[in-house]
Amino acid sequence: MNNLLIWPVILPLIAGMLFILLRNKIHLQRVLSVVVLAVVTGISIVLMNQIQANGIQTLQLGGWQAPFGIGLVADMFSILLVLTTSIVAFCCVVFSFKIIGKDRENHYFYSLVLFLITGINGSFLTGDLFNLYVFFEVLLLASYVLVSLGGKKVQLRETMKYVIINVLSSAFFLVGIAYMYSITGTLSLAHISVRIAEVGQDGFITTVAILFILVFGMKAGLFLFYWLPGSYSVPPAAVSALFAALLTKVGIYAIMRMFTLVFYHEPGITHLFIGILAAITMILGGIGAIGYWDINKILTYNVIIGAGFILAGFAAFTDSGTLGSIYYLIHDMIVKALIFLIGGVVVYLTGTTNLKEMSGLIRNHPYLGWMFFIAALSLIGIPPLSGFIGKVFITKGTFEAGYYWLGAIGLIASLLILYSVMKIFMNAFWGETVLSEEEEKGTTKGVMIPIALLTILTIALGIGPEFINAYVETAVESLMNPQTYIDAVFAGNDIP
Amino acid sequence: MKPEPNDVILHTVSKLTAVIIFTFSIDLFWAGHHFPGGGFIGGLTTAAGIVLLYLSFDIERIQTNLPIDYKKLAALGVLISVSTGLAGMIYGDNFLEQTFGYFDLPLFGKTELATAVLFDIGVALAVIGTAVTIITSISEDGL
Repeated sequence: MNNLLIWPVILPLIAGMLFILLRNKIHLQRVLSVVVLAVVTGISIVLMNQIQANGIQTLQLGGWQAPFGIGLVADMFSILLVLTTSIVAFCCVVFSFKIIGKDRENHYFYSLVLFLITGINGSFLTGDLFNLYVFFEVLLLASYVLVSLGGKKVQLRETMKYVIINVLSSAFFLVGIAYMYSITGTLSLAHISVRIAEVGQDGFITTVAILFILVFGMKAGLFLFYWLPGSYSVPPAAVSALFAALLTKVGIYAIMRMFTLVFYHEPGITHLFIGILAAITMILGGIGAIGYWDINKILTYNVIIGAGFILAGFAAFTDSGTLGSIYYLIHDMIVKALIFLIGGVVVYLTGTTNLKEMSGLIRNHPYLGWMFFIAALSLIGIPPLSGFIGKVFITKGTFEAGYYWLGAIGLIASLLILYSVMKIFMNAFWGETVLSEEEEKGTTKGVMIPIALLTILTIALGIGPEFINAYVETAVESLMNPQTYIDAVFAGNDIP
Repeated sequence: MKPEPNDVILHTVSKLTAVIIFTFSIDLFWAGHHFPGGGFIGGLTTAAGIVLLYLSFDIERIQTNLPIDYKKLAALGVLISVSTGLAGMIYGDNFLEQTFGYFDLPLFGKTELATAVLFDIGVALAVIGTAVTIITSISEDGL
């Protein structure tokens, strides 16, 4: 029992509800949301060290013991993601102060962001399949409103697509849960794992597993991503940065959790299937990224390539592949938020998303330009930035597993990423300066701090991976040995 | 000018039924701990009663007589529920831990009082707030 576990979930919830009661106190809302996210970051660091010292932490809500109660479970993998989520959300909220505008602030913007964080942290921490569904719905509901908030025509069009595809995938998720319950008679993840290990993973269970791949794949932007570029590029920069950095990662987390804890018996079928989907995703995402001249579109296609690449490492299902996936997941959350925020500033300054209409921003905004350059290099995986270490381990993992084609496609996708972000850099920052400072549509005042913070993080993560290496290795260890998770949940009780 | 519709019967009947619905919803709410019922269903019935009043009279008249901001009511409900969960943690138990005891109350005699009721009050408020907000915002769009 560790009551600290509940705070990352309920603290944003309480604050969000308070903001509804104090609707007009915008200044208080700003301060409080930053404080809440900072506190959650602090709690995650404390929890991370507790897990490193004492193993997986659990909290059985209301004192009902597993498998009857519905509990929260934090292993190193979850808590690393909770920590990164809080940091990224912190930066995005600070960024939004300047840019988001009075209208959105008056319409519960900060509440919605905090509800989104509630859902994300809840999904990372829950130990129950149905609760995973519930937290998915919490974050989806918040995201529906965040996409449509503002009410422009294009936003409503993309919201419709986004809502329909997600309602559909949620329905499939429920069907999958129903199958799971009828097969195993339980919804606690640890208990499902025990039961499936007892009876063996037969063809029927593998089919259900593939249903789960499709459901989570839809959320992660894996293969079935056609809704993603539209709905991620219409909301304002702070929101699309949050989405790009966090939402697809929840789907990836769910895949990694389910396919290490529950469906780990048939990697030749399920994990290979994930690998094939990842390969197709990287190819199609890469084509999208080099094909467009719209800065938002290019960046959202990079999100898709990222999702494919992370799952390519996981599909290998070796220690180094998973290690690389976790490194790359953390890196991707930080650097995607960073590059979306910079993209948002560029659009804000020039008033257009078309690359052909912008040029030479670096003369007036050297810091912004060079930080974009760093973010781009980090995205591609140039040492010593944070993308490098993940990329190395993912490639190593795919080669170890004998999936040479998958590793090769991953490397080719990196080249496509290189081309697409360099296209943005050359067109937007290089070249003749067409806009003087007075002609720009906005200023960079007040938005540089979160961008600088994220840039420092991506450099720090690249230069000093040994600071977090011990933690990431613990995460891999507990992911690859589901028994540690099960033991922590049941804590010595009889398993019925 | 359109003549005022004669809705005496509608008004009289819905006033009467609203009272019955509210009473029944409170009964459902209290039944919740050991029998079918509880905060969710009690709140939903209350919301049904409020919506009946909205339908048979009009939104302005009900708003002046029942001046409640239902969005805030829903938020308040969630806050109450979450804070009853936190109360368990103050005593060093798990989040959402509940307890109950028997007390001798005047009039009622020996009565069981459970902390789960506090949680349920929050649920009921959240449900009333959400349901009425949804229905009133749908009705606004139609105009």
